[in-house]
Amino acid sequence: MNAHVVNRSAAEKTLFRQFAEQQAREPSPVRAAAFARFAEAGLPTRRVEAWHYTDLRAAMADAAPVLAAPTPADIKAARLRLARRERFAPGAQLVLLGGRYIGELSDRLPDGVTVTEGAVLAVPVADPLAALNEALSPSGCTISVARGAEIAEPITILHLADGMSDYSVYSRSAIALNAGARASFVEVFEGAQARVQRHSATIMTLAKGAKARHVAVVGDEPGLHIETHVCDLAENAELEAFGLISGGDLTRRQIFVRMTGDEAKVSLGGLALIDGDRRADTTLQVVHAAPRGTSREFYRAIVDDDAIGVFQGKIIVERAAQKTDGAMKSQAILLSPRAQMNEKPELEIFADDVVCGHGATVASLDPEQVFYLRSRGIPESDAKAMLLEAFGGESIDRIEDELLIEALRARLRAWLGSRM
Amino acid sequence: MLEIRNLSVSIQDKLILDNLSLGVNAGEVAAIMGPNGSGKSTLAYVIAGKPGYEVTSGEILLDGDNLLELEPNERALRGVFLAFQYPTEIPGVGAMTFLKAALNAQRRARGESDLTTPDFMRRVREAAQALKIEQEMLRRPLNVGFSGGEKKRFEVLQMALLGPRVGVLDETDSGLDIDALRIVADGVNALRDPARAFVVITHYQRLLDHIRPDVVHVMSRGRIVASGGPELALELERNGYRDYAEEAA
Ligand SMILES: Nc1ncnc2c1ncn2[C@@H]1O[C@H](COP(=O)(O)OP(=O)(O)O)[C@@H](O)[C@H]1O
Ligand SMILES: [Mg+2]
Repeated sequence: MNAHVVNRSAAEKTLFRQFAEQQAREPSPVRAAAFARFAEAGLPTRRVEAWHYTDLRAAMADAAPVLAAPTPADIKAARLRLARRERFAPGAQLVLLGGRYIGELSDRLPDGVTVTEGAVLAVPVADPLAALNEALSPSGCTISVARGAEIAEPITILHLADGMSDYSVYSRSAIALNAGARASFVEVFEGAQARVQRHSATIMTLAKGAKARHVAVVGDEPGLHIETHVCDLAENAELEAFGLISGGDLTRRQIFVRMTGDEAKVSLGGLALIDGDRRADTTLQVVHAAPRGTSREFYRAIVDDDAIGVFQGKIIVERAAQKTDGAMKSQAILLSPRAQMNEKPELEIFADDVVCGHGATVASLDPEQVFYLRSRGIPESDAKAMLLEAFGGESIDRIEDELLIEALRARLRAWLGSRM
Repeated sequence: MLEIRNLSVSIQDKLILDNLSLGVNAGEVAAIMGPNGSGKSTLAYVIAGKPGYEVTSGEILLDGDNLLELEPNERALRGVFLAFQYPTEIPGVGAMTFLKAALNAQRRARGESDLTTPDFMRRVREAAQALKIEQEMLRRPLNVGFSGGEKKRFEVLQMALLGPRVGVLDETDSGLDIDALRIVADGVNALRDPARAFVVITHYQRLLDHIRPDVVHVMSRGRIVASGGPELALELERNGYRDYAEEAA
């Protein structure tokens, strides 16, 4: 395990110490194996292809202390905050406080949905931060949807951050849809401030014919947000996923999708709204491992000021995945001469009978469009906001749920309104 | 009412409008005819305030105020309306959302309250009916997937709703078949008013059979080279622009 250990960064040294302390309290061979995987790679630098545009090792000066389990007083305080808070979406809500599922703050789940606490399975992806999450997360929870159950309203997983101190918070949740089940999940991240480092992982498994929607909303202001989303799809399963990023100093959403069964269908989308000196990185890996799968990836970003956006998307079509239909698109609008967007869509195709394409564009707002609107009396700032809402809205509108579209569009409008 | 004085305009150091002067009185329709490339659209854009043009001399007065000192949206609030030769497609912005934003921007500027949705819908429906614009078209994104004729009718619909002081129509007849031309011309004629002026830019005399101009100006190489009554348009139809192109040389 120590073969490659050369110069550990301050953050890495802290992580080693934090892990040793955790093992001393609560020894676990599974966690030790996960930490070994992290330790072998270390915090990623630009030399790691999947992290090429986000040098986490350089960005992370140190690892903040790991947050302890919430006390009864913390739970009480959270309850008061929840009572005042406006919900993002209708439907039942599960609350994670300090990365732990808190049953007494959570709603009753609809029939056909259960939540169980306990260790969440290993993440089958080779990524150091996914391994770190596995090593340091408290025991998580698994949400299961029964075979054939159709859940009408979305189920919200609220990641509530709390307190004013420096801390890092780790969490792991699993979402399992049994055969033919249908359900929609919204993960909302809320309440974090600049000194919070957040590591979250969600592992989804969709059994045969299951259909899931997953919407992530990252709108608070953590110093670091690292979110790993893993999804495995069996035959005829369908996933529709969307992520909105509208805050946070350094945000990384990494999404690993594997279509294990035939004729699986995936639609991934996202919108990153990045300003100030924020950085937001969305990195996808979509593996077609079986025949006749369809994948669509549609990501947009609006980047202003000195902000930096990253989109990396890799579609891998394995030899067995004949008749794959894949299309990936990433588009960004830069609002300032200093804003940057790094886009890297890629295809790796090992099957011969496939239709795959990708495209990426970076542009400014179209002055012809701005002028057309202004020529009708619309003030410049309103004209620009209209065009940006249209640009962002087109990515949101691909979600097939009117209420979620409206809620996400409201976030987009609020972001535009706060800065125009 | 609209007074253009000694206007010279360049694009990237190329002189496009050359000391052009033109006056249009309230209640009048002035036609501007000229060969392709003579600077007609440039004139229309400079009146409306499109960025990217360098005005090297002159002024454009509307009721005595110099439009050149105003932003494009401020000009619109003063009553300038440009019906574009090539209306811009704007994906993601609904035609209705756009109309509402434009109408309310102008109402707010006058200190009026926003239109209620039923009032707004009624106005649009009435104006659309007159121009034979289907409701379905209004549900699409702005100008996206509109045919050439639909785009032109939608420009006139906007003009009808906004009720400008000066309507500048840049080749509103191009791309229209004869039925559509008649509908658009009727739409413009319905807006003729003693307090309102029109500048009708066209390459062909055809439109002027339907929108009768009070004055016809011939433009060539960035200047007005001849002015006269409607008969001038007929003469151009017979002889083409050749005479004037040479005169301007
Ligand atoms: N954006 C531009 N950049 C460079 N040249 C232009 C531009 N727009 C117009 N021109 C030139 O200006 C002249 C007048 O063009 P325009 O006003 O479009 O004429 P018209 O409308 O009469 O056909 C033409 O020579 C044209 O090539
Ligand atoms: Mg023209």
